[in-house]
Formats: sequence, C-alpha cells, structure tokens
Amino acid sequence: MKRLLYEFTESFRIAWTQIRANKMRSLLTALGVIIGIVAVTLMGTAIRGIDTGFQNSLALLGDDVLYIQKWPWGPVEDWWNYANRPVIKTRNADEINRIIGNTPNSLLEVAVPVSGRGSTIKVGDARVSNVYTIGTSADYAKLSAADYREGRLFNDSESTAGTAVCVLGCDVADALSPTRSIIDQTVYIDGHPFRVVGVFAKQGEFLGLFSFDNQAVLPLAAFSKYFSTKQNAELRVKVRDKTRMTEAKEELAGAMRRARGQLPGERDNFSINEQEAIRAQLDPIKKGIAFAGLFITGLSLFVGAIGIMNITFVSVKERTKEIGTRKALGARRLSILLQFLIEAVSICLIGGVVGMIVAYSLFAVVRSGAPNFPVEFSPDLVVVSMMVSIVTGIVSGFAPAWGASRLDPVVALRYE
Amino acid sequence: MTAPSASPGQAERAAISRNYRPPGAVVIEIENVTKLYKMGEEIVHALRGVSLNVSRNEYLAIMGPSGSGKSTLMNMLGCLDTPTSGKYHFSGKNVSTMTDDELADIRNREIGFVFQTFNLLPRSTSLANVELPLIYAGLSPGIRRERAEQALRDVGLGERMMHKPNELSGGQRQRVAIARALVNRPSIILADEPTGNLDSRTGEEIMQLLEDLYEQGNTIIVVTHEEDIARHARRVVRLRDGLIESDARQA
Ligand SMILES: Nc1ncnc2c1ncn2[C@@H]1O[C@H](COP(=O)(O)OP(=O)(O)OP(=O)(O)O)[C@@H](O)[C@H]1O
Ligand SMILES: [Mg+2]
Repeated sequence: MKRLLYEFTESFRIAWTQIRANKMRSLLTALGVIIGIVAVTLMGTAIRGIDTGFQNSLALLGDDVLYIQKWPWGPVEDWWNYANRPVIKTRNADEINRIIGNTPNSLLEVAVPVSGRGSTIKVGDARVSNVYTIGTSADYAKLSAADYREGRLFNDSESTAGTAVCVLGCDVADALSPTRSIIDQTVYIDGHPFRVVGVFAKQGEFLGLFSFDNQAVLPLAAFSKYFSTKQNAELRVKVRDKTRMTEAKEELAGAMRRARGQLPGERDNFSINEQEAIRAQLDPIKKGIAFAGLFITGLSLFVGAIGIMNITFVSVKERTKEIGTRKALGARRLSILLQFLIEAVSICLIGGVVGMIVAYSLFAVVRSGAPNFPVEFSPDLVVVSMMVSIVTGIVSGFAPAWGASRLDPVVALRYE
Repeated sequence: MTAPSASPGQAERAAISRNYRPPGAVVIEIENVTKLYKMGEEIVHALRGVSLNVSRNEYLAIMGPSGSGKSTLMNMLGCLDTPTSGKYHFSGKNVSTMTDDELADIRNREIGFVFQTFNLLPRSTSLANVELPLIYAGLSPGIRRERAEQALRDVGLGERMMHKPNELSGGQRQRVAIARALVNRPSIILADEPTGNLDSRTGEEIMQLLEDLYEQGNTIIVVTHEEDIARHARRVVRLRDGLIESDARQA
C-alpha cells in the first residue's frame, strides 16, 4: 500500500519533469481539453445563471400569486380559441373578493386588479419614458412584500377616491430627481399631475428583460380616469398556502366561472397563470444550452483525448528503453501503467486548470461588462471540470499505458 | 558452512561491510537451459543447453564471440527473461515458472543491473536515479535518500548527487549506475559489457570499483569479450554457439 503511494508520488514527479521538458507539446496536446473545459464551464455558468436569475425574478413576482389573464403564459397553437375570450375586467376582482369572503376556509386571500400601460413621466426638465405604469387597489401591498425606500403605498381611501398619487420605482425616482427626495413632489404622468407618496426599494430585473424598478403604481380609479376607461385588467390573486397551489387554482377557477356566470360544461374562458408556466418555458432554453454545451464539450474532449492518447503513445515509444530499465530495476506492470496514466492525467489536469482560468476570465469579463447577464460561477464547476479532466486522462492514457506495462523487459531494453 | 578463505584483512573488511553475506551458498542454479527465438520462419538457438552454478561471493566473467548467447544468458540469470526449457533456481526458488510481477520483485530485491549504455534516467539527478529501485521496493523517502546517498558515496560520487547524467562523465555515469545496482543490497550484480562505452582507463577504474565490491562480499557476474576485463574475475565461463565451451577458475 505504502509502495503504491511512493510510486504515485514518483509518477507525478516524473510526469511533471516530462511535461516541463516538453512544454509546447504538452500545451498543444492539452488544447482540446482546455476548449472542452471552457465549454463545459461556460455552459454551467450560463445554466446556473439562468436558474438563479430566474429564481430571483420569480421571487419578485411572488411565488404565491396566481394571475387571471385572457392568454395563458407560454405558446398556444389554437390561438383562435383564445382570441374570442372576453377581456378580464377590473370589476371581476371585486366579484372574486366577494366570493372569497363568502367561502369558509378559502385557500385564496385576495384578488387585486392590475391595469397597465407605458407612460412618460416628467418633473421640470427631467423626463423618463416607457415607464410601466399600473393602476391597482390598495390590496397591492398584500401581493408582494416589496420594501419602500421612502414613503408608502397609497391607502384605501386614496384608492377608492382615485386620488392622484403615485409610487415610483427607484430607477424612475432617481432619474427624475437625482439629488433630493422626490416624495411630495408633483410629477406629470403623460401630462397629468400626480403627487409622489412613495418610492420602492430596488428590486431588480426580471431575467434582464423587464425592470421592476422602472414602474409607477397608481390607484386604479385614478388610472382609469386619466388613461383608460375600458377597465381592462389582469387579476393577481394571493394564495394563503403556497404548498396547496393546485387546489387554490381550482378554487379560483370556480370563483372566476361564477363571477362570469359560465355554465357547467362550458370551457373556462380565461387562463390562470403561475410562475410554473414561465419555468416550463425556460426549460427548453436550458436544455438547448446544455445540449450545445455538451456537444461542444464532448467534441473537443474527444479531439483532446485522441491527442493525449497519441502523445502518450509517442511518449511510451520514446521512452521504451527507460521502461526496460525501470522493469529491470523492479517496476511491476502496475507501476509502469500508473506512470503513464498519471502522465496523461497530469496533462489533462493542466488543460483543466488552464480551461478553468480561461472560463473564469471570460465569466469575469461578462460579469463586469453586463452585470445583468445571467451567468453565475460556482465551486461545483471546478469539481466537475477536474473530474472531467481526470476521466479524460484515464480514458485516453489507458491504451498506451497498458501497452507500456506489458512490454517485455528484454525487448524494451534492446530498443534504441 | 565453509570459513571465508580470504586473508584476515579481507575478512575484516567483509565483516564490516553492510553487503556481507556468508560465501559459499549457491545463488544461481541453472540446468540444461535453452532459449529459442523465432525470426519469422527461422528459429535461432541462442542457448542450446547451459548448466551453471554460481555461489555467493563469486566473481564470474562470461566471455565468448559475438552472437554466442552471452546477453541471452545474462538476461536469463537476471530474471529479465525465462528459459524456453530447462530449470532455473535462484536462491532455491524456481524462477522459470514465475509471473512477470514475481520476476520484477526478484529483480528488485536480488539483482543489481549494470548496463553497457548506463541506462540512467536523463532528466533525474544521480540521487533520484539511485533511489529508483528503492521506490519499487516501497521504502520511505527518508530511508531512500539515506541509502542512495550512502551508495553514491560508496562509489566515490558523494560530491555529484544533484548532477544530472548529462553533467557527468561516462565513468561517473557508470558509477551512478553501479550505485543504483548496489543500493537495494542485491544478492548478485550483473554487468553486461560495463566498460563497453568507456575508454580503457575509465574502464579500468570501473573494474577496480567492481573488484572492491567483490572484496566487500558481493557476487558479481560480468559479460565481456575483452580478455583484459575478464582477467579481474576469479572464474571465466566461455560460451560458443549457445553452449558452454569452458568454465575455469583463475587466480
Ligand atoms: N530478441 C531476439 N530475437 C531474435 N534473435 C535474437 C534475439 N536476441 C538474441 N537473438 C539471437 O540470439 C543469438 C545470441 O544473442 P546474444 O545477444 O545473446 O549474443 P551476445 O553473445 O550477447 O553477442 P554480442 O557480443 O554481440 O552482444 C544471436 O544470434 C542473436 O541474433
Ligand atoms: Mg550482448
């Protein structure tokens, strides 16, 4: 056992001197492994980045919220079946809230209507366009545990009265009034004056596509008065127990059908959406990245493995006499096998380390250049890469190492 | 047990030597050994039936013309090769039926090789070269180093431990090889044309070193075709066409 350990260290020493003596050759041989490791690592960072970015984004949506909308999230093939559905109205929220109130042990807490549009907001010379402006009820506070950097949400009386007050996302607030607090200032949303009562704390972006910090939230009545009299909305329904999402969904479907007076047997003429739908949509993207990544990784590792196999064959050939000498001095078959396997594995490990460094540098560049791009580097990637390198080394080094271990010592010693 | 036949001075040196073993016991016993090589259709009889006994603390030279089978016999004696037929007992153990790994262990523990071309690892220091057999013997780094340093001092290379082979002269290289052959305290030292790549003066120095090792109680077998070299040995075996032509002791 001890002997094996000593042979291991000796083999690493020999491998190291060998690689140092053939720096260029070793590096070129390791190139395939380097590319493979870069590919697998970048794939890992991308998938993981999407995952965490997604988790964070979902947390912004609230994982205990159901959305009643005309269209389902995700692709539909029979779009004509959806196009004729009646539009969801803000009053549907009141009807559902009434039903919830009359249902003992309801799994639902509250339904909140949300209407939205893009607006331009101005204060003095400062203006921000494309702000996602929504009108909603004071129950909006119950939906998300969003923090306020300053101020508060409008209250029930402002909500029912349709007072012209608003809460701004932090990016909007900062753009409009970079130096002093915007609270109690009057801003002009598409020309209509609103008093700012609150600013949300920074929340972040949804998958880098939509910023929650670029919003303005108004009382629904005010929103309807100035921007849209159609009362079109989506409903956001808070669920009491998020472990019973499916049942809650069924209850909500029943409530909505009653609110709409749908007949038994009739198909739902609305969609209840939840985070899961987005997650399901993201899966194919992740799979695509994984597939492409694995393909590139596999291909380059395959090329790399062949290169390493070749170089190990060359190494065995070059050092046939050395193998004979070692055998004469008492090296067993396993000793020789180990020596060349370790040499192949060492080259792969060097490739792996270089690959990790390259991948990490790329990651760092992306991180600093585009902070919102979903990438995340994790220690497991290091472990995975090292494992992949070791396995590649063993697989590609085995045939030549095996051949070396079986050499007849007399033949090997004669070799010139 | 026969008493050492050497003079008191030599006996004293032998007694203090760490390589001392009682002389007389038979180490190598081969009986009617043959070796065939197949070269395509042609069969080469490298050895046609050789019998030979070698005892502890003998100094033997194997001589003969080129192609007579000297190296083949040497490889056999060194357990690098197994005979096509015949018996080989090494220290009483039947070697002809051993597996590759068992032979490797015998070579490691019992045999020290000295090659015509030195066969040092080019990128390793003298010390690392000499330590090599001890690695395969499973000795710890501390003991390895200590014993390798001692072996290098024994061959007069105490000052050259960290030199690589290309920083050494031919004679020094062969000394390193001899230190490597000695370091695991083998039963016999096998040298195939140890002076073949050296000029005659350096060759003579190497033969003097082997002589010293013999005096200290080592068993030495040298293959050579030079009479000058063979003169150092106490016994000369002459081969011709794969057979022993003569086997004679000399002063
Ligand atoms: N591996 C081999 N394959 C085929 N023939 C071989 C092999 N090894 C040795 N022989 C043959 O066996 C015979 C004896 O060879 P060996 O090497 O033992 O001779 P030698 O006495 O050492 O000669 P030299 O003094 O030239 O070294 C030669 O005819 C040689 O050609
Ligand atoms: Mg020969």
